Amino acid sequence: MSRRKTERLLSLVVCLLSARRYLTASQIREAVPGYPESFDAFKRMFERDKDELRELGIPLETGVSPTAEEEPGYRIPRQAYVLPEIRLEPDEAAVLGLAARTWRRAELAGAAAGALLKLRAAGIDAEETTQPGIEPRLRTGEAAFGRLWEAVRDRRPVSFGYRAAGRSSSQQRRLEPWGVVNRHGRWYVVGRDADRGQTRVFRLSRIDGPVSFRGPSGTVTVPDGADVRELVREWDTAPHALRTAVLQVRQESGYGLRRSATTVRPDPRRAGWDLVEVPFSDPGWQCEHLASFGADVIVVEPADLREAVIGRLKGALA
Amino acid sequence: MTAAAAAGPGERSGARPGAAPRVTPAADRLQRLLALVPYVVSRKVVGLADTAAAFGVSERELVDDLNLLWCVELRSPDPYCPIDLSYEAGEIVVSEAESIDRPLRLGVDEACALLVALRMLAEVPGLEDRSALSRTIAKLEAAAGAAGAVSAQVAVQVDDRGARSVAARVRDALDRGRRLHLSYYVPGRDEATERDVDPMRLLVVEGRTYLEGWCLRAEEVRLFRLDRVLALAVLDQAASVPAQAQPRDVDQGLFRPSADDVQVELELSAPGRWVAEYYPCERVDDLPDGRLRVRLRTPDTRWVRRLALRLGEDGRVTSPAELAAQVRDDAAAALAQYA
Repeated sequence: MSRRKTERLLSLVVCLLSARRYLTASQIREAVPGYPESFDAFKRMFERDKDELRELGIPLETGVSPTAEEEPGYRIPRQAYVLPEIRLEPDEAAVLGLAARTWRRAELAGAAAGALLKLRAAGIDAEETTQPGIEPRLRTGEAAFGRLWEAVRDRRPVSFGYRAAGRSSSQQRRLEPWGVVNRHGRWYVVGRDADRGQTRVFRLSRIDGPVSFRGPSGTVTVPDGADVRELVREWDTAPHALRTAVLQVRQESGYGLRRSATTVRPDPRRAGWDLVEVPFSDPGWQCEHLASFGADVIVVEPADLREAVIGRLKGALA
Repeated sequence: MTAAAAAGPGERSGARPGAAPRVTPAADRLQRLLALVPYVVSRKVVGLADTAAAFGVSERELVDDLNLLWCVELRSPDPYCPIDLSYEAGEIVVSEAESIDRPLRLGVDEACALLVALRMLAEVPGLEDRSALSRTIAKLEAAAGAAGAVSAQVAVQVDDRGARSVAARVRDALDRGRRLHLSYYVPGRDEATERDVDPMRLLVVEGRTYLEGWCLRAEEVRLFRLDRVLALAVLDQAASVPAQAQPRDVDQGLFRPSADDVQVELELSAPGRWVAEYYPCERVDDLPDGRLRVRLRTPDTRWVRRLALRLGEDGRVTSPAELAAQVRDDAAAALAQYA
């Protein structure tokens, strides 16, 4: 059954690609074997076949040939169908293979493999051999990735439940998505928040439940000059450090703090300890970070940070 | 591939990326046939076995594909067979391919998958061949045409805070087969460790760059995140990775729990939910009021103690009991410093 359908679809493609003018449905029915006798049954099957070809990205064009009596016909313009000539040097083919491998086990794995197949068909030997010494991988573990990629690709507005950091429940958000960005291994979607009328960034792992389309394709406009990557970077970058914490840090410990310290000197009043100054911007995060060092780090000042760390430690004690 | 389960009813959004559940088996095979003909044409003569391998099918399936192609017949105006081919003595030759002698254009998903990955590779520290990358990107953009445009809306940023120069020296050691000496920061234990490592390869996973190598101290294959390398020296000594050193299968995940690991359970209040996003949890259960219960496995619980101090009242170790007691001791010891 499926084999006969493949035969029919293949004949249809060859027929429409070879046609110099638009072929009407009746002409196609005459030329392509495998359609049923009844015209209605043929029409139904032909409609489905057209959809399947379009789904594969085959450019099926509709038009009226000057000679035909007003009846619209179909053809596949060769120029729109064929992959333009592409030649790759061996080193280029090698990086292409590496690129295709990047998506393995991720959302676009099938697409990457399909692309590689077409490029191989164009004569490129993009073997999936390992480039010596390096192995890149992307992951798309977040359930929302597939839908959001489609929304970005097709320029469709979406809505989804979103649980902002620290919130106990999720809230429905409406977004005109402009792009998806992976930063430090996490996926984000950026766009215009339709309720707030502002640019917003959402982390995919905090999307709760399914993503729904809220409008047809082509209804989202990405503003000129909107650099999605830069928007996410800005959103994710900590503001400039405005304050400095003075810490007592036990020697041979606190490496994570020493790496970002502006000064480190032995504590004159306590042997075996250093006085370390660390700039910070977000007191909440800094407090959690300092608490994680336990008895190896004591906050000297500022007082509010000192109190916050004591409070956090008491919370762990309770 | 399953039926269009993921797409909602009555929605036309084009093929789903990757798995493309809307593509029927017949259409899927059509795609292969449309690639198979130009594959042979562009190479003039190809072996049956090689071609079957390239398309990921058995030789029997391939022969069936070839028979199908050969049988294509159009009836109008006069009956004719547009495709002529032979596969004798294990070699395929296509002598007549008509209009399908060239592959179909790249679709949007296809073009974007490759372009996004290539641009990501251009950022990877330690990948020296940037000239090949930029040439490939340019050629692929040209070939993809409009289908590649959306790829500008997808970006992957590789974390390389300071990792670039470290990566270059790791590459150097890999190329020359040299041993490395690392000063490596282990945040979970707040330790700076010194060790010699025989490098095996660089991995770029989840936006981070890792050195995979044989650690002479642990006598095991270990991963080192490059942004945690405090200092690195390429030694004069030749690297000698033992035969039993198995590179890990990156497609199975970088960190796999082992049977000897300790099973830890934490209860998190809403502000502590980030833990489930940051650490690979074996199990995550929703509790009332936005709280979560997570279970993870780890060979070393010291980092969990530090995590528990960081969480304060936002999280609690519920199991094992000894670990919970250690956390209370740690907190008490820290508070004693403030007394």
